[in-house]
Amino acid sequence: METKNKIRILIAKPGLDGHDKGAKIVALALRDAGYEVIYSGLHQTLEQITQTATQEAVDIIGLSIMSGAHLPICEKLINMMKEQELNDVYLTVGGVIPYQDIPKLKEMGVAAVFPGGTSFEEITKGMNRLIER
Amino acid sequence: MLEVKNILAGNQRAGARMIRLIEDNDPTVFGLLKELYPHVGHAFIIGITGSPGVGKSTLIDALISEFRKLDKKIAVIAVDPTSPFSGGAILGDRLRMQRHATDKRVFIRSMASRGQKGGLSRATKDASIVLDAMGYDIIIIETVGAGQADFDITTLAHSTGIISIPGTGDGIQAVKAGILETGDIFIVNKSDKPDADASVYELKMMISMRKPPNLKITRETGWTPRVLKTIAQNGTGVKELADTFLSHFDFMKKNNFVDQKRNAMETSYFNSLLQDLTLKKLLLLMKNSKEYKEVLQKIQEGSIDPLSAAEHITSKICIFENND
Ligand code: B12
Ligand SMILES: Nc1nc2c(ncn2[C@@H]2O[C@H](COP(=O)(O)OP(=O)(O)O)[C@@H](O)[C@H]2O)c(=O)[nH]1
Ligand SMILES: [Mg+2]
Repeated sequence: METKNKIRILIAKPGLDGHDKGAKIVALALRDAGYEVIYSGLHQTLEQITQTATQEAVDIIGLSIMSGAHLPICEKLINMMKEQELNDVYLTVGGVIPYQDIPKLKEMGVAAVFPGGTSFEEITKGMNRLIER
Repeated sequence: MLEVKNILAGNQRAGARMIRLIEDNDPTVFGLLKELYPHVGHAFIIGITGSPGVGKSTLIDALISEFRKLDKKIAVIAVDPTSPFSGGAILGDRLRMQRHATDKRVFIRSMASRGQKGGLSRATKDASIVLDAMGYDIIIIETVGAGQADFDITTLAHSTGIISIPGTGDGIQAVKAGILETGDIFIVNKSDKPDADASVYELKMMISMRKPPNLKITRETGWTPRVLKTIAQNGTGVKELADTFLSHFDFMKKNNFVDQKRNAMETSYFNSLLQDLTLKKLLLLMKNSKEYKEVLQKIQEGSIDPLSAAEHITSKICIFENND
């Protein structure tokens, strides 16, 4: 009988960018850290992402973005999350994210950013920190 | 705050949060379920089982499309295994159904087995109560797919579909495991591959030889299990499959099997609740008792062994009169 609460995370790739290597290995790393990972695959629209987060009752959404479009995508998604009352869900993002963009993302309301080269340990620690606070 | 009226109104956010509370064993769940329970009994519950990779998720995706053409509201619970090493899970069934994610009349929920054997999770039954009360016409449950171990689904579902693929001998395996008796509809998926007809033939032959059902749940002889061929990826044969599921449900309703099934389900639900609640309550009572503390002390001193200690404590339980 397992009663310990699990952390549920949705890993999604928005838009047309087809780089899924990072998303897949991060999914595996989080599984190995005890997370329940919902992997929704490539080419997700923002509507699909918010609906999925709603139905799956996740704690965290993790976007993987390699296309350079992280700023507009995150901005739009955050607004949609507010409309859907997903106010207890953290938005996080990884991928090709220039360091100068991180403060802008944080300001929008992105809870954590994991750019290329972030170690799995840093990712799990960063995720755990969100839930603990 | 989670409100029952929002769940009954079919609000997806409310339903999803309730299912999450169920999974996390939240203490408020019991009361909420009690309020929902009078509103269940409408949904047709379909179980989909079969070994990993046979195409369960892809086929469910195609079935959703067919049922949506009939304007049914559809919910899916897709169970994937929890890693015994980390306790985590990759829930990937949904990936194949994502085109339905934005359809407001479809609700898809992935679920990790969390150590439960039998192809489902502990939360699956209670989640199906929530989805039924939300007003979904059809609830499709995808089991883990440990193949022969996924028996639990037959108690939960009105209709069970067992999927195999050509050329793997899965049919024969099914017979060996006794699973043949539990299926209402047999599906040979990936029938774009060679030898599909041979698999269909083989399954039909075995079904014609199957012994009269001797299951816990009465499954009358009136229904001859169907064998259908599908190609889940392009939808071939899926309309026939959807129709067959619906006609099986009609058949069950006409012959009062739905009521019989409900009785059987309620008995098994009652027994499992009883087990959980009794255990919780008794353990609490015992652990607060003087006797428990004394005996624990003795174990630590080495003056009694754990077996005798457990026997001693349980011998003190005496609530109901035994009529044997
Ligand atoms: C491998 C690769 C490919 C492969 C992709 C294979 C695949 N299935 O993934 C192929 C060859 C197909 C490819 C194609 C293209 N690529 Co390419 N590709 C790369 C490359 C070299 C490495 C990416 C990678 O897999 N890294 C390894 C993984 C493990 O790292 P990662 O994804 O960054 O993930 C890490 C973190 O970002 C983070 N993370 C990532 N996602 C998530 C999610 C969450 C939730 C969390 C917590 C963390 C997290 O964790 C990981 C571990 O640290 C990058 C260069 C680079 N430096 O990133 C270019 C790159 C991404 N590609 C690029 C381009 C332009 C393309 C093409 C458009 C090229 C073309 N003109 O055809 C195509 C487009 C393909 C498509 N359909 O979208 C550009 C993007 C430019 C931009 N952002 O402005 C890059 C940056 C190269 C460059 N410097 O120009 N590419
Ligand atoms: N050739 C063929 N492949 C299929 C068919 N149905 C599903 N698949 C593929 O089989 C793989 C496993 O499918 P999935 O639905 O995930 O199987 P599950 O593990 O039983 O849920 C995927 O790559 C599907 O695309 C089919 O009818 N024909
Ligand atoms: Mg599957």
